[in-house]
Amino acid sequence: MNRTEMPPIKDALHFDLRLKPYDYYELNNGVPVYAIHAGAQEVLQLELVFYAGNFYESQKGIAAATNFLLKNGTEQRSAFQINEDFEYYGAYCNRACYNETAVISLHTLSKHTDKLLPVLEDMISNSTMPEDELSIYKQNAVQRLTVNLKKSEFVADRLINGYLYGTSHPYGTSNNTDDIEAIPVDQVRAFYDRYYRNGQCAIFVAGHLPANLIESMNRTLGGLKLSKPTFTAPEILPAPAAEKKYRIEHDANGVQGAIRIATSFPNRHHPDFKKVMVLNTVFGGFFGSRLMSNIREEKGYTYGIYSYLQNHLATTAWMISTEAGKDVAESAIAEVYHEMLKLQTEPVGADELMLVKNYMLGSILGDLDGPFHIIGRWKNIILNRVDASYFDESIQVIKTITPEELQQLAKQYLQPEHFYELVVV
Amino acid sequence: MIEFDKFELRNGLRVLVHPDNSTPMAVVDVIYDVGARDEDPEKTGFAHLFEHLMFGGSQHIPVYDEPLQMAGGENNAFTTNDLTNYYCQLPAENLETAFWLESDRMLSLKFSKKSLEVQRKVVCEEFKEHYINKPYGDVWHIIREMAYTTHPYRWMTIGKNLKHIEDATLDDVKAFFKKHYNPSNAILVVAGNVTTERVRELAEKWFEPIESGVKLQHNIPAEPEQKEARRKTVYADVPLDAFYKVWHIYPRSDQRYYVTDLITEILSGGGSSRLFQRLVKEKQLFSQIDCFHFGSYDPGLLVIEGKLVKGVTPEEAEKAVMEEISFLKENGISETELEKVKNKTESAMAFEDMSLMNRASSLAMYELMGDANLINTELLKYQSVTRNDILNVCHHIFREENSSTLYYLSNKKS
Repeated sequence: MNRTEMPPIKDALHFDLRLKPYDYYELNNGVPVYAIHAGAQEVLQLELVFYAGNFYESQKGIAAATNFLLKNGTEQRSAFQINEDFEYYGAYCNRACYNETAVISLHTLSKHTDKLLPVLEDMISNSTMPEDELSIYKQNAVQRLTVNLKKSEFVADRLINGYLYGTSHPYGTSNNTDDIEAIPVDQVRAFYDRYYRNGQCAIFVAGHLPANLIESMNRTLGGLKLSKPTFTAPEILPAPAAEKKYRIEHDANGVQGAIRIATSFPNRHHPDFKKVMVLNTVFGGFFGSRLMSNIREEKGYTYGIYSYLQNHLATTAWMISTEAGKDVAESAIAEVYHEMLKLQTEPVGADELMLVKNYMLGSILGDLDGPFHIIGRWKNIILNRVDASYFDESIQVIKTITPEELQQLAKQYLQPEHFYELVVV
Repeated sequence: MIEFDKFELRNGLRVLVHPDNSTPMAVVDVIYDVGARDEDPEKTGFAHLFEHLMFGGSQHIPVYDEPLQMAGGENNAFTTNDLTNYYCQLPAENLETAFWLESDRMLSLKFSKKSLEVQRKVVCEEFKEHYINKPYGDVWHIIREMAYTTHPYRWMTIGKNLKHIEDATLDDVKAFFKKHYNPSNAILVVAGNVTTERVRELAEKWFEPIESGVKLQHNIPAEPEQKEARRKTVYADVPLDAFYKVWHIYPRSDQRYYVTDLITEILSGGGSSRLFQRLVKEKQLFSQIDCFHFGSYDPGLLVIEGKLVKGVTPEEAEKAVMEEISFLKENGISETELEKVKNKTESAMAFEDMSLMNRASSLAMYELMGDANLINTELLKYQSVTRNDILNVCHHIFREENSSTLYYLSNKKS
């Protein structure tokens, strides 16, 4: 046996990667249901996606507050009762508010689905958005924000998004404690009425699906005043900052700098997007990336450094993010630019590119494991309004992209002077 | 039911196989029976630093990550107070690559000076990022030192201080490897699209030639029973006052551990739990409150922690928490409440088992506890808990002399 020699491998280029197709239904009210029936465990994940994100709010914090309060009281149920109704069956009902969309999700053992759908129905049609619940929400949200504002990472994320999109844009805005205090209950109720009770909704469900699921959903959610989404949000133009470089002293005793380097980037519809996903992986998208190898594994400036494309539906951004020792933060930034220039001037080596391709394909293969991951990919495709062939085309791009193409993309998109640069200590 | 086979190699390495042909992937999980509790009190943080060095090249392979990535794989590792776990996932066709990599670093490391120098810095940055440059970042250092006088749970896996990490030498690294990293102190779990025959063949090929090493006797000093309540107040640059109270609980292998786990669910397992409903919603004394336990092998701690609403004193907050505890001790819980937390446990386990990686690492951890089949039988242990068990365990745990209380207060009074 020769321990120095790697055993033969099957090249990931030969893996057959397929995204299991979803089943499609429409409820009586037109709400679309995308379903993946798979998995050995008798569990189910149901996501109700509403077009009720902060794109639609006329005052800061309304969308998030409304989304939060969906679980805090209906005409029939108190907040406690809603929680009890889910938790008695070991189920989890969560909600989350994003930019275009806001979500109510349910995770439950499949056998309890029928008992929980009526609770969701009640939340969507009969929420009362009680004033005392709003005031507790405000109190706790303000306190949570106060703690987060002590963290340089949190501050850095807010600032960089403000530079990229402008602080009036839904992607660049952030709430201060005053904004939270000022949320009026009547606006929350109006928002609920328009964007939830009479809102646009799409349903994504995956797992071990009970045979009568669609029937049960029709009996509950199918009778609500919801409609099929147009899958579009109002167009709001970003207003990026003119100044590119920022150094913020946030905490005089800070021992690390939160570094963010970012530039705006087109969304998934741009023909270069899929290719840039590969370039990003080479650059900073995984543990073996250029940034990680140099700045962590070679220099030890940081515990971790990553680059990624933000997952926004409209325009988006390419971001490099790390926390580095205060005394080495500037050196770390210099190395980031050095790696950009290197990708522009030297083609990626054949071995390295092969490694990245295999890594990406292997990782997608692993990620297709299980119904929740599969529906997650479909949800992304549907909400981004890209073609069903998007997945296959991405795989094809990974398999075929060349060092020359990557170098060309680096020349076009990885120009240091186009990037915002921020350190928060 | 999670099916698995088990066999032992001649050098003492225990091997578990969990075939699941619904996935194209395989997971290889190696657990070493060493954690921060096995460290020298003067060289803390070492088990975790060592975990970083396991990626710095082995005897015959210059770097660990690259060949694995070439085979379409991903990996990571973590260290706890009790154990160190390494896991990777890759397309099942390339399973042998994982055997090649994992066996070589069990055989011997490269012991590179450069790798030690860099990883010392990386771990120091990790320490800063999570425990210094963060509000409330040092809380667990303080609490562990209050609650434990003797047992090495006194320190966190990251270590007591930066200096212990900075001072680590290559000789320390070599000695640590020799003592802990060998087949006698390891468990190998292979899960996914594999067969037991194939795993046996590969295990015999790659792992059996490794010298067995000496099985470690942990020799961990037991924590003496706490006889007096401990209290401390700390002022720090934080925006909100915080309250922490901890009690000693039972070891992982004790049936009462499961009872304790359910008690934490009753107190704070969701929006309908007692502490949340009473103290956040009704009395509005806390903006956030949690109850959890360490989940450690040796007796751990049950924790109640919360951030106080501005204007509430820590004394008021503590009094309110203790009223809930007294109420629980006096009246116990209802049958419905017990049913609820059992249902939650059943559901949490089902969700956890969805991931192949979780199934593999659970098998490894249960085997380390002495019985891999706990993955299938543990739910019964929860289901057998009675209202009376809850009452008894509450009476035993929630004694003031068994507790440590920390007021962690803002030094900027507005």
